[in-house]
Amino acid sequence: MIDKFQIANDTLLVPYDLTESGISKVINDIAGNDAADYADLYFQYVRSESWQLDQSCVKSGSFSIDKGVGLRAVVGDKTAFAYCDDMSMGALLDASSKVKSIVRQGQNKVVKLQRCDSSGSSFYQPVDPIQSLESSQKIGLLNLADQLARAKDSRVKEVTASISGSYETVLIVRPDGGLVPDVRPMVRMNVSVIVEQNGRRETGSSGGGGRTNYLMFTSDKVADYVNEAVRHACINLEAEDAPAGTMEVVLGPGWPGVLLHEAVGHGLEGDFNRKGTSTFSGRIGEQVASGLCTVVDNGTMDGRRGSLNVDDEGNPTQKNILIENGVLKGYMQDSLNARLMNVPVTGNARRESFAYLPMPRMTNTYMLAGDSDPEEIVASMKDGIYAVNFGGGQVDITSGKFVFSANEAYRVENGKILHPVRGATLIGNGPEVMQKISMVGNDLALDAGVGICGKDGQSVPVGVGQPTLKVEALTVGGVQV
Amino acid sequence: MSVSSGDLDRQLLLDVAKVALSKAIELGADQAEISLSSSTGASVGVRMGELETIEHNRDKNVSLSVYFGHKVGSASTCDLSISAVQEAVAAACTIASSTGYDEALGLADAELMANDISDMGLDFQWDRSVDEMLEAALSCEAAAISFDSRIKNSEGANYSSHRGLEVYANSHGFCGDYYSTTNGYSASVIAVDGDEMHRDYWYSSERNPANLDSLESVGEMAAKRALQKLGSRRISTGEYPVIFDASVAGSLIGHFLSAIRGGLLYKKASFLTDKLGEQLFSEHVNIIEKPRLFGAANSACFDDEGVRTPEQRDIIKNGVLCGYILGSYTARKLDMKSTANSGGVRNVRVSHGSKSREQLLGEMGAGFLVTDLIGSGISMLTGDYSRGASGFWVENGEIQFPVEEVTVAGKLADMFNGIQEIAADSLGRGNIHCGSILLDKLTIAGD
Repeated sequence: MIDKFQIANDTLLVPYDLTESGISKVINDIAGNDAADYADLYFQYVRSESWQLDQSCVKSGSFSIDKGVGLRAVVGDKTAFAYCDDMSMGALLDASSKVKSIVRQGQNKVVKLQRCDSSGSSFYQPVDPIQSLESSQKIGLLNLADQLARAKDSRVKEVTASISGSYETVLIVRPDGGLVPDVRPMVRMNVSVIVEQNGRRETGSSGGGGRTNYLMFTSDKVADYVNEAVRHACINLEAEDAPAGTMEVVLGPGWPGVLLHEAVGHGLEGDFNRKGTSTFSGRIGEQVASGLCTVVDNGTMDGRRGSLNVDDEGNPTQKNILIENGVLKGYMQDSLNARLMNVPVTGNARRESFAYLPMPRMTNTYMLAGDSDPEEIVASMKDGIYAVNFGGGQVDITSGKFVFSANEAYRVENGKILHPVRGATLIGNGPEVMQKISMVGNDLALDAGVGICGKDGQSVPVGVGQPTLKVEALTVGGVQV
Repeated sequence: MSVSSGDLDRQLLLDVAKVALSKAIELGADQAEISLSSSTGASVGVRMGELETIEHNRDKNVSLSVYFGHKVGSASTCDLSISAVQEAVAAACTIASSTGYDEALGLADAELMANDISDMGLDFQWDRSVDEMLEAALSCEAAAISFDSRIKNSEGANYSSHRGLEVYANSHGFCGDYYSTTNGYSASVIAVDGDEMHRDYWYSSERNPANLDSLESVGEMAAKRALQKLGSRRISTGEYPVIFDASVAGSLIGHFLSAIRGGLLYKKASFLTDKLGEQLFSEHVNIIEKPRLFGAANSACFDDEGVRTPEQRDIIKNGVLCGYILGSYTARKLDMKSTANSGGVRNVRVSHGSKSREQLLGEMGAGFLVTDLIGSGISMLTGDYSRGASGFWVENGEIQFPVEEVTVAGKLADMFNGIQEIAADSLGRGNIHCGSILLDKLTIAGD
């Protein structure tokens, strides 16, 4: 078993001549004597790389190292924050002097460092993906994707493929002196093609990844990505203009779960609800979705892109039920919002890096399976669209309005799939749309591991998922009136 | 405690650049280039009349590329120690030994390097204490909350001040650097009426703090925009004339500029591939770039490859496309010349008529005035456009009621060609200055 404390110590402290007694001084500076309601240090080191193929040539590769430490003190609902990429003791003390500006005078109480055994959970291994393959093998995977795509269909004119990996080590120093390490690998591969037929060009893409090493990208896996990207692009060659208006919409399993991420996920983050700015504020215990809907946020799934052993405040991640049979059960919390709302933390504190403040964020958010056969769901449609693949989405959590953009969808009439339609944005109001979910399939699937969520300028990796589901009425933003 | 920034370690950055370039050549690279940045600042957030966050920022970054006979490797790090930078150079060299050969790769041609670097008027030292920033943020939010009793909640106001230094150097012997400051504030508040809640925001951000709008006007505008949304409803699905308000008009021009980027063109991945010399807009539309406009948001004497920027360049003249957006790599792929746009366009100005927005509403008669857009339903390959929108329904040139939860959709090529008129109401901020745009028609999906 690899010792995460050892890795954190070797990566984050030893190279910068930092010692536990030095760190103890800094945390006591901002959290000792009950000076703050919360305080932490977040040491982080990330090594990452990416390789890109374009026009049958792996013409770019890059390697990057980022490291630093963020210091934070919280008093009441006030936060002071500073960070530095220089991890010397002098820089730490300079940062703590800035953060100390808001702390109060307290009793004489010393914070003692102690190693917290967070490693009870281990949803991914502390492996370094970058070391898991030679450069030539990584390039080989991209060349394989290019060759397979061009061999698959002569209409393929352009292939772009990329592979990236990162190896991240964090050490969180909690206000009680608890030291919590985590070692977080991540890999991702994307394949995107342009096909051309009779002068018309369309695109399709696919990919996947997770918290593991590059060995997940077997030849078969690469072939799956390629086949999916080419299939997706060729479908779009046949697509007709999408309809405009409000109609029945059936969403396929997996990635279309971005619906939940936008329609309810963001609106259930603790910060918005503490401030009363979310359309879901103050509605715990209320029916906010149809009784068929049970939605969870689960940071504890093995190897998933949104999974974490501990969140960025060092609390274990959990499987949190957000909505159960349509009833709102709880919000996602970090320490600040949980304390001010007088509820337990949920392991949802996340930050893009040491240079950003943590806030409540989603991990892997999905709806549990229902009873319906997916084919029956499509067959039940009178007039609408069946959308199976999406780009991104966005939400205004205050009004509840959200959008997400389909890039593979089909026109359905009287239960029959007629033809593919061109990309269109779908728009609705979160709580209203959730009430209109009338059928839920038995085919729950999670996405392939490529999701990125943005909030307040911070990006974090997330997962989404859902079974096939039917919304009785949703507005489809096509051009065909 | 103030947010004074000193010289941001200028000499260190210049020394690091020199060391890195000579290390690359020592390791056998034919060419090498390096970008370094250093910035510092603070931001203060308040909410409901109280301090919420104080953030102190200090960032450094270095990114570099090395070329070995038209093969490239890149690396970056935030550690500016000599040993870390030398390791980054070595890592880039290792990568370059694995990547493929592409004749278009390499530095921009030596004769294109900027040789006339002058002050562009972007650097304004503004030493404000955290207490002063707090005071200002509080009055910005207070102006919003006190504007109307229906402003019942707030996501807060934020005040920030940053100063940065950018350095670019390459093995042609080019080395350029410049400082810039960004100062500004924003407010985001919530209007409440019964069960209905709407949030909106406003901001002012400038290189020169003397050009900022007043704190009160920013707060009041945030409040007005949120209040205007109360009573929003949907409109019926159909095709209508549409005005993109000046606050969102720049996004449409931004999509046009994205579609003429070399990175898409050489792969024929844009719906505007091979359209040079063609009429894309009505004759009255002109779009120019002014990279050396003194004091403007994105001015610079050289682009991200050291290439000398022009005073002014036509992109659209009398509606005709007369230039792409190219760096040296994409220019070579297209057998053209770099347009000094590595890193993007700088200070885009869109021509306009003499009408005010009110007159433009009169011109439209009945239709949809868009003031907010969400979502990313835009394909650069096909030009398909479909986004969530809110705004106002207009009849007889007068705003009737606020509209929400609809989409606007069309084909970008038709939308550009369908621009009827542009009002003289540009907000004069950001990289793209453009007044409100009247389009002949778009599909609205609603009830």
